[in-house]
Amino acid sequence: MGERYDAIVVGAGHNGLVCSALLAKAGKNVLVLEANEQVGGAAVTREFADGYSVSACAHLLYQLQPEVRKELKLAPTLSSEDMTTIALAEKGKHVRLTWNTVAGVSDADVASYRRFKKRMMRFADLLRKYLNKAPPRLGTKDMKDLVTLGQLGFDIRRLGKQEMREFLRLIGMNIYDELDERFESPLLKGALSLDAVLGTHLGPRSPNTVMTYLYRLAGDHGRAAIPKGGMGSVSDELAHEARVSGATIRTQMPVKRIIVENGRVTGVETEDGERFDSYTVISNADPKRTVMGLVGARHVETGFARRIHHLRSKGNAAKLHLALDGLPIIEGLSKKDFAERLVIAPDEHYVERAFNPAKYGESSPNPVIEMTFPSFRDQTLAPTGKHVLSAVVQYAPYDLKGGWNKEARETFRQAVIDTISNYAPDIEQRITASELLTPVDIEREFHITGGHWHHGELTLDQFLFVRPVSGAAQYRMPLDGLYLCGAGAHPGGGVSGAAGRNAARAILGREKAA
Amino acid sequence: MKSQAVHQGRLKTPFYSRLAALDTVNEWHQWKGYSSADSLFCEDIEYFAIRNATAVFDLTPMTKYRITGPDSLDYLNRLVTRDMAKIRPGRVAYAVWCDDQGQVIDDGTIFHLRDGEYRLCSQERHFAWLKTAAIGFDVTIRHETEDVAALAVQGPTSFSVLKTMGLEGLEELKPFGLTHLKFQGTELMVSRTGFTGDLGYELWIDPDKAEALWDALFEAGKLFGIRAIGTHALELARIEAGFLAAYMDFLPADETVRTGVSRSPLELGLEWLVDFKKPNFNGRRALAEEKRNGSTWQLVKLDIEGNKPAHHSYIFGNEKANKGQIGFVTSAAWSPVCKQNIALGTVRTPYGKPGSSVWVEIYYQREMHWNRKMAKATVVDKPFWFPPRRSATPPAPY
Repeated sequence: MGERYDAIVVGAGHNGLVCSALLAKAGKNVLVLEANEQVGGAAVTREFADGYSVSACAHLLYQLQPEVRKELKLAPTLSSEDMTTIALAEKGKHVRLTWNTVAGVSDADVASYRRFKKRMMRFADLLRKYLNKAPPRLGTKDMKDLVTLGQLGFDIRRLGKQEMREFLRLIGMNIYDELDERFESPLLKGALSLDAVLGTHLGPRSPNTVMTYLYRLAGDHGRAAIPKGGMGSVSDELAHEARVSGATIRTQMPVKRIIVENGRVTGVETEDGERFDSYTVISNADPKRTVMGLVGARHVETGFARRIHHLRSKGNAAKLHLALDGLPIIEGLSKKDFAERLVIAPDEHYVERAFNPAKYGESSPNPVIEMTFPSFRDQTLAPTGKHVLSAVVQYAPYDLKGGWNKEARETFRQAVIDTISNYAPDIEQRITASELLTPVDIEREFHITGGHWHHGELTLDQFLFVRPVSGAAQYRMPLDGLYLCGAGAHPGGGVSGAAGRNAARAILGREKAA
Repeated sequence: MKSQAVHQGRLKTPFYSRLAALDTVNEWHQWKGYSSADSLFCEDIEYFAIRNATAVFDLTPMTKYRITGPDSLDYLNRLVTRDMAKIRPGRVAYAVWCDDQGQVIDDGTIFHLRDGEYRLCSQERHFAWLKTAAIGFDVTIRHETEDVAALAVQGPTSFSVLKTMGLEGLEELKPFGLTHLKFQGTELMVSRTGFTGDLGYELWIDPDKAEALWDALFEAGKLFGIRAIGTHALELARIEAGFLAAYMDFLPADETVRTGVSRSPLELGLEWLVDFKKPNFNGRRALAEEKRNGSTWQLVKLDIEGNKPAHHSYIFGNEKANKGQIGFVTSAAWSPVCKQNIALGTVRTPYGKPGSSVWVEIYYQREMHWNRKMAKATVVDKPFWFPPRRSATPPAPY
């Protein structure tokens, strides 16, 4: 027998930390086991070249839920906030988007953008309310589920006849058609397309990309920020909060398996063979790793194992980190613009075309890029006068044809740098070191099956009532004592803390009911 | 992967030539793509061959899967409700498997051929389900229905027939045992299993040797009343033995459309097959809950007064039927050997306790005119037909 805890959280990703902090605050004796040296999962800051540090995976904070901030008294120090998105144009005629305005486009587009954003934000606010609740089960007689379901229906109806219709029309639709109807500027359409598809295996013409766009807005209305010290500082703050509340966090303790005895979870065993006992094990790992890997298919029902097995969770976003000996020159940008979010998505077709090869297991020769220079306002990340470029790059499919060998990585890295060079011609000369993280690397480093941001594609068939799969949407898995608290559970990925908070509430609420 | 031609039209089993030669009535039906005889001469006489001599039934169309690999035991233990660890090599287990809701998908027999090597036999095809259940297990599942020719040799003289044929060592073969023998240089597997509730064996061989096996068997059986039979005679025998048939006494859960029409093993009187103490098996959660809260249905074996078979009858709680119907008959027959009017049925709990009485509403026709009768029926616990010879080891010779 090992030490006994009220709850064991497997993985100290940001959701795991949120969940453990909330459980510890409620008086639970919580143990968090993290495989890596650092806490934070994919929300970490680490050195990638001598003297250069970067947010290794997630690099922008835009979804951290107010509920999470409030309950855990989080106040991350930000080096950039309310960032403007600058959609780069080759001749320097960039388009600048804020959360409710756009500049550099026609007057008609300016007005359309305001209307578009107003509506989208209204829908996003509706969505946001439900991101912070356990999704109701369908076909149940449970009062709480029925009330939530009724509320959802009522909230949609309350949008008004016109807007309700619009909501129901848009929610399953692709962003391309919607943008095409409303805007003229290719750059504007490109940038919005990128927002809708970032982190997914979807193109702007894929269904439900309006939903993924709304998901992005369902936090701070899409207002992005960069935490000082990188994303790791948010995780560190969360870990501190969890520890102060009484949780024990142990790093470099990879969990080998979740122990099941007599049809229920009874604890975990680490790779070193150490055993910890608890009747509540909460996994921050993705659903596939949790069920198929840590628990084992044999301990769950066949149908459930099949649904988990078929979960679509192959990532398509890569991360490129460049160490630069100085800021590059980009036509039309002033120096302070380097504190903003720069995107390369010249038009909506470009984004869709970038996606095309990914469908067939090839990387994009002309990728879509989201760039930040986190060192611009944060001296801690790079030596004085030098800079770090952190980019999310699409598309880099997880199961690349032929695999992500050295050659494939070099080809893709070069494609990204060439694409950036179109806007920043001197970028190549500025590079002193670089690091490319493909979904395969993200899988290896952060233990996310498929290397997908969301631990599972964010599509309507894997969303809300059926996330990660039907019959397991309320954090509690169909195995007594097992819970999910990561991005694979409702609502999904992004540094939002919603899944972790909802899971904690589900566990505590269940206890109260019992 | 080796590609195989897809058969067009109805298949003939490797024994077809021999069956066709004996066939006089030309009554055939389709069984999983194969021609299978309803009857070959006269179903009553065929039935009495089962009970009084030796009946030979071609069960090649029965679905067979070979399950091998390091995880084969763990896999089967997760698949079926009973503890397969107790089934040693050389033993056969009757088993049921359920969906996630604990509803029966099918029943069948699992042959532990050799250490870690199994054959699963069932009436219906289940490849998709078996493959799905294999996610996370190191097992190989091969559909081998066409690769194995199989005969059921059933009846009181069956042991003597096989002994006369020269098969050795069957004296020691206990019910649900299997043994590997040689027949003309080819491996012949003999199991003491069957669907008749009588002394009997099943023979399994390479299809190339099927006709030779048949010939040897019938040669040996000449003096023991051997006779080929069709499914009608077998159907009567299986009702007497109290065995279940898919699509008759239960619906495979994966084929149902409406809720509430499938059955759990507890509802089918198969609680003895459900082992809550063994490692996790599919449907365990749901079945444990059903066990706590009680089942909705109960399968009953009915001994009905009179001699009119209660085909498709409603079952009532009392004679006046004024409390509404409580269930219905799923299989019924007049049993010649038991001299009893028997049936299998399904009733709502708490009806159906052994020893209790229910009423069945029997409609029967007499010279075109329909008659209705409320017949009292007693719920019985044991199979209608369970002769000592079924389990006697060694079996008595004739």
